[in-house]
Amino acid sequence: MGTLINILIDGVVYGLLLFMIAVGLTITMGLMRFINLAHGVFAMLGGYAAIWLIRQMGLPWLPGVIIAVLAIAAISVPLERWLVSRVYQRPPLDQVLLTIGIVFCMVAISGLVFGTRVSSMPFPEFLSGSLDLGFKVLPAQRILVVSVGVASFVGLWLLLEKTRFGIQLRATVDNVQTASAMGINTRRVATLAFALGAGMAALGGIVGSALMPIEPYYPLTYMVLFLAVVAVGGQGNLTGTLVGALLLGMIDTATKYLAPQLSSILFFVAIIVIISLRPNGLFGRAAV
Amino acid sequence: MKVTKTTIATVILSSSLITTAVADTIKVGVLTPMSGPFSDYGQQFSQAIEAYQTQHGRSVNGTEIEFIYKDLSGPNPARARSLAQELIVRDGVDYLAGFVFTPNAFAVAPLINQAKVPTVIFNAATSAITKESDYFVRTSYTLPQVSVPVARYALDNDIESVVTLVSDYGPGIDAEVSFVEEFEAKGGTVVETIRMPLDSTDFGPYMQRAGSLNPDAIYAFLPGGPPTYSFVQAFSDNGLKEAGVTFLGTAETQELDLQTLGDSALGLVTGFHYSEAHDSETNRAFVKTLKDADADAVANWASVGAYDGAHVIYEMVRATEGRKDPDAAIDAVRGLSWESPRGPMEIDATYRSPIQNVYMRRVERNDEGNLVNFEFDVLSDQPDHGWNP
Repeated sequence: MGTLINILIDGVVYGLLLFMIAVGLTITMGLMRFINLAHGVFAMLGGYAAIWLIRQMGLPWLPGVIIAVLAIAAISVPLERWLVSRVYQRPPLDQVLLTIGIVFCMVAISGLVFGTRVSSMPFPEFLSGSLDLGFKVLPAQRILVVSVGVASFVGLWLLLEKTRFGIQLRATVDNVQTASAMGINTRRVATLAFALGAGMAALGGIVGSALMPIEPYYPLTYMVLFLAVVAVGGQGNLTGTLVGALLLGMIDTATKYLAPQLSSILFFVAIIVIISLRPNGLFGRAAV
Repeated sequence: MKVTKTTIATVILSSSLITTAVADTIKVGVLTPMSGPFSDYGQQFSQAIEAYQTQHGRSVNGTEIEFIYKDLSGPNPARARSLAQELIVRDGVDYLAGFVFTPNAFAVAPLINQAKVPTVIFNAATSAITKESDYFVRTSYTLPQVSVPVARYALDNDIESVVTLVSDYGPGIDAEVSFVEEFEAKGGTVVETIRMPLDSTDFGPYMQRAGSLNPDAIYAFLPGGPPTYSFVQAFSDNGLKEAGVTFLGTAETQELDLQTLGDSALGLVTGFHYSEAHDSETNRAFVKTLKDADADAVANWASVGAYDGAHVIYEMVRATEGRKDPDAAIDAVRGLSWESPRGPMEIDATYRSPIQNVYMRRVERNDEGNLVNFEFDVLSDQPDHGWNP
């Protein structure tokens, strides 16, 4: 029973973290059918920006994190406009080559600037301890992951379901040509969605740094993980991404508790099974 | 043996040509990662060699010693072999050195046997390497050498039950096996052995599981860098530290990672052969020379391995008076003992690896507020416990 609760809690924490980082990826992949292997770069840069702002510039924690997230979202706009958008219409191989190239460049640059070892994220006093729930000790940073993760999902859901931008975004995901013909500026939607995704990844990178430490090889190390979430959840689907991320988080955690030796194998076996049964992901629809 | 006939012929030919020459300059080829995720090793090696040359001069009795670095960025046997061959044939090196990863060291064994090139291993810690060639000398340590003393320390300090948590790869398994064998042979109980995938990011579940078994201690082995950081965080975050479980490890609190680990590392107990905080004149001089050259330099086991490696090379050149006489060079350092920054050490005459003290250390803050591995106990003159001829 204790183990079951442990798996549940740790799985939810891990799943929500995966959701936060991968949600931007699922939106851009669903929107522009663009294969982005460099998405983890934004999470890493968010982490580095926050560390730099808080440690070097002496900003308090919360403003430091907010500015870091906004900065990464801002940086992604020219990147999307001038570089990424050029390959939207190109074959998938070109997209893969461009984005993997970006990953290698960023790995090398961050190694030069920040050193090849882990950079530790400063956390305020109230987030550095742990909370004793009676049946389980939960580190405060994981409570942070859960709160920010849930808030992100609710925020994104409201944005997509209740705002004009959300309607335009969903319309564009469904069919770019038709949306464009209906007078939606799909280029603008794509840029904004890209920036939103980059900012979300940065936020995930920052709050999740205890689970996924910030270091230069971050984007390569977790690339497969983020892509797996999108594949399982279904491209361009918010709820799908959440369910996919929670499911994968849970599977990974459960196998770690129950069969540590086999955990990395079982994780990928699970992905293969899910994708064989639902090739477009749990909530994905076949391309129209 | 995958060395082709031409290769062997070339190597033998070129080495025989220079056999009798007395060189003004002795060249040492250093194979080490200089780029990529393991580039720290290259930096540590070159800083330490520079420190040794600053302290002891750049020549031995008029023979200048020159170190040539080649980038070998990861475990890559084929590349190790071709780089070593290039160094021997084209650059005409008399000695090879470096070697961070075990597979790379194994790969050059046939080559150095053929060409008779004394090779000093600064790091690679698998016992069996020196069995592959009589021209190997090691100045680092072996995994059993440090794991077995940790098990003995645990038993002497009322630790009766242990859960082992190691990364699931060669060195991790070696560390687990030698710890468990020793601990159980002397009456301890290993409650469970957990092997964690090398790419694990979230160690919370493993810690919860280990904690739920209520051991007196956990014994851990992880490669340095990101996994160690998350692992140590998880140890303190999941309440094991508060519950009084002792953390036993080896290189987890190594100096390059130590300040980053922060407060969560306080109180961790490790058994290892080198601490930057080792209290001796030799070590203080070594650390000072390192920091004079680069204020940000940090001394860790890789530094001391290279520093002592340079010493061994100097002694070999001294004994052979700059002539190429590989067998005499190796014989000169069999049984060689000296005062290293790590403490007293000796190169065993048979297996050419160090016999050295293993220190039990606890992470504490020093007067300047920095985290250090404070040595509080010593297990003297430990042999390579993993050696079986």
